[in-house]
Amino acid sequence: MSTSHNDANNALLNDINSATQTHGGAAHGSVKEYVWGLIWSIILTAIPFGLVMSGALSSGLTIVIILLCAVAQVFVQLVFFLHMNTSSEQSWNVVSGVFIVLITLIVVLGSVWIMQHLNHNMLMGH
Amino acid sequence: MAISDMTIAPEAGYDGFAKEEHHHDYAGDTLLGFWIYIMSDCILFATLFATYAVLGTGFAGGITPKDLFDLNFVAVETALLLFSSFTFGMAMLGAQAKDESRLFKWLGVTFLLGLAFLCMEMYEFYHFSSEGAGPTTSAYWSAFYALVATHGLHVFAGMCWMIILVIHIKRDGITEENHTRLACLSLFWHFLDIIWICVFSMVYLMGVM
Repeated sequence: MSTSHNDANNALLNDINSATQTHGGAAHGSVKEYVWGLIWSIILTAIPFGLVMSGALSSGLTIVIILLCAVAQVFVQLVFFLHMNTSSEQSWNVVSGVFIVLITLIVVLGSVWIMQHLNHNMLMGH
Repeated sequence: MAISDMTIAPEAGYDGFAKEEHHHDYAGDTLLGFWIYIMSDCILFATLFATYAVLGTGFAGGITPKDLFDLNFVAVETALLLFSSFTFGMAMLGAQAKDESRLFKWLGVTFLLGLAFLCMEMYEFYHFSSEGAGPTTSAYWSAFYALVATHGLHVFAGMCWMIILVIHIKRDGITEENHTRLACLSLFWHFLDIIWICVFSMVYLMGVM
């Protein structure tokens, strides 16, 4: 009886192991996935570099495109290189990631916003 | 009977089960923990980016990035880091296939690309400093060196980690523990590439405009 119990445990263990091969934010990719990630990254890098080097567009529009390409490439690398997805095993990774994006935006945009007002006020004092 | 087996006299198989189960939790928890470390590293870079953005026009009448930045040079740096991210992915596939020589080959390529990137960055710092834009020249250059050199230090740390992992794997093979360590380093290396995307977009591309 104890032998069959162990067999059952081992079968369960094998199931757990095979099911957890993709757990913990370390889902495995394939060559195809990495190649696609590389191609998209090259495209999204070449566009802003090309625009700035050629100076084809107005500076305001160029800045918008640089930012859009940067955000897009960050997502491309998260998906194709870090294999992030919306599956439940990765929910903690995604939740903490979204939280940090929020904090980052508050830190960067908040600093710029406050310091601009500060500069404005200092100039007004003159 | 099964209960008494488990509580009083666990057999070898049961012991193995307990160990293996712990093992499995260890890998997942380690990776999530390392992910949270990376998120805290994000905040470090966020503060450096915020500093850079705030001090972005503080040239103190000195030399400006427009005079110094060379986009062709930065494009090569970017390509090196991007390809190293890709080759690290290939190394991970080698580790998954338990193919040590494939793992070492791709890890070696990744290391060389990282080294080339670091050499270019150090040359760039040397060049800028000799042109009169050192870390103490103005608020802008202080913020620039703080941000870009912090990224460079991370790349350096990643390369040291690679060497240590290769020693581990040469000694023990691609064990579960080493695979977990490799997966952590993979997260770290891809994260550095993601930070570099922000650096070349915000610092270099917007700096020359």
